[in-house]
Amino acid sequence: MSRWGVLLARETSLAWGRGGGPLVTVGFYAGVATLLPLAIGPEPDRLAAIAPGAAWVALALASLLSLDRLFERDFEDGALDLLALAPTPLELTCLIKCFGQWLATGAPLALAAPLAAVALGASPSLTPLIIACALLGGLAFAFVGGIGAALSLGARRGGLLTAVIVLPLFVPPVVFGGGVLDAFVTGRPWLGGLALLAGYAAAALALGPLAMAAACRNALS
Amino acid sequence: MIRALGIRDAEVRRGGRRLFEGVSLDLAAGEACALIGPNGSGKTSLLRAVAGLVRLEAGEVSFGAVEVSEARAEGLHLAGHADGLKAARTAREELSFWARWAGGSAATVRRAADALELTALLDLEVRRLSAGQRRRVALARLIAAPRPLWLLDEPLSPLDGRWRERFSALMAEHLAGGGLILAAMHDPLAAATKTLELAG
Repeated sequence: MSRWGVLLARETSLAWGRGGGPLVTVGFYAGVATLLPLAIGPEPDRLAAIAPGAAWVALALASLLSLDRLFERDFEDGALDLLALAPTPLELTCLIKCFGQWLATGAPLALAAPLAAVALGASPSLTPLIIACALLGGLAFAFVGGIGAALSLGARRGGLLTAVIVLPLFVPPVVFGGGVLDAFVTGRPWLGGLALLAGYAAAALALGPLAMAAACRNALS
Repeated sequence: MIRALGIRDAEVRRGGRRLFEGVSLDLAAGEACALIGPNGSGKTSLLRAVAGLVRLEAGEVSFGAVEVSEARAEGLHLAGHADGLKAARTAREELSFWARWAGGSAATVRRAADALELTALLDLEVRRLSAGQRRRVALARLIAAPRPLWLLDEPLSPLDGRWRERFSALMAEHLAGGGLILAAMHDPLAAATKTLELAG
């Protein structure tokens, strides 16, 4: 296996194993999706109308959970020093770390997302689109979230700081994803929204690692 | 391949305080330098500055004929207090990951495990190891991925008498093979040919 391959394997296994990994994230997601109907009321019509949007917002919140461990632990125990001393540019290292995080938590979440939406009353025909949106959106959440996680390295209560930095950046994918699902339900054209979501994910994937590496270098020095 | 390390008039500031200035050192292949000085005098910072993790306020670090970025990427090992080992993973997973990351192979991992007598410990989680055993896993990475320059931050502190001698022999072996060592030490370093004192 190449150097990148062993790093991806390490990151995925760490993200999968640490503190319950995807189970905790998916459990949190299920919790938020269960709380919503309790607050809004049990009328099926009202719930069905908000189901895709609610599932989508819960997904954004659940993506925040695993972020604080993305760089913090490696920073504290010195692993980030050693990761920096390799022929692999730190930008690429950050990209692989985020991608591993997405594989271990974002992808399982994308599979759970349609379950929550359908349970809230969304039409089962939405399932493929919800998975597609959640995969793309999860990628954007992971890479934008990684910037916040790297920026808050070394700060006390870094997890909270990460959330404050990252939530405003979650606005575009939440708007695009929610819009796509709403357009699909009401029979309007939805491909444009999906393209915007994919574009945002691609931009996060391309630019996020540059910002993460710069923030990591700053934290290490 | 790094054949020399040069530090020229280095100055490092941490948190607005000047740790040291005008520090110079020349190290050739086969030489080891003991870095001594009281707590807080900047030994760790100097090691990290050589590794490029801490910015020099003034002065420069060079690696002979080798490009600085290439030397840092492929030519040096940094073994600090924070060893980067994950408590929940087994010693084998950690040793082979870091070996592969630093350019080693399955064969060099085996050689390292033999040299530090880790074979029986490899399947244990890192959290189950004693401080000395854990340090041996951390030091095994130096051998598991051959790189010429070793930057060591008090490498011997948790090791017992036998392992101090054993690791000193491994350092001598590394030097005999054309390696270079810069080590922050409180105890005398048997293999050292030079001493650099930071006043603090």
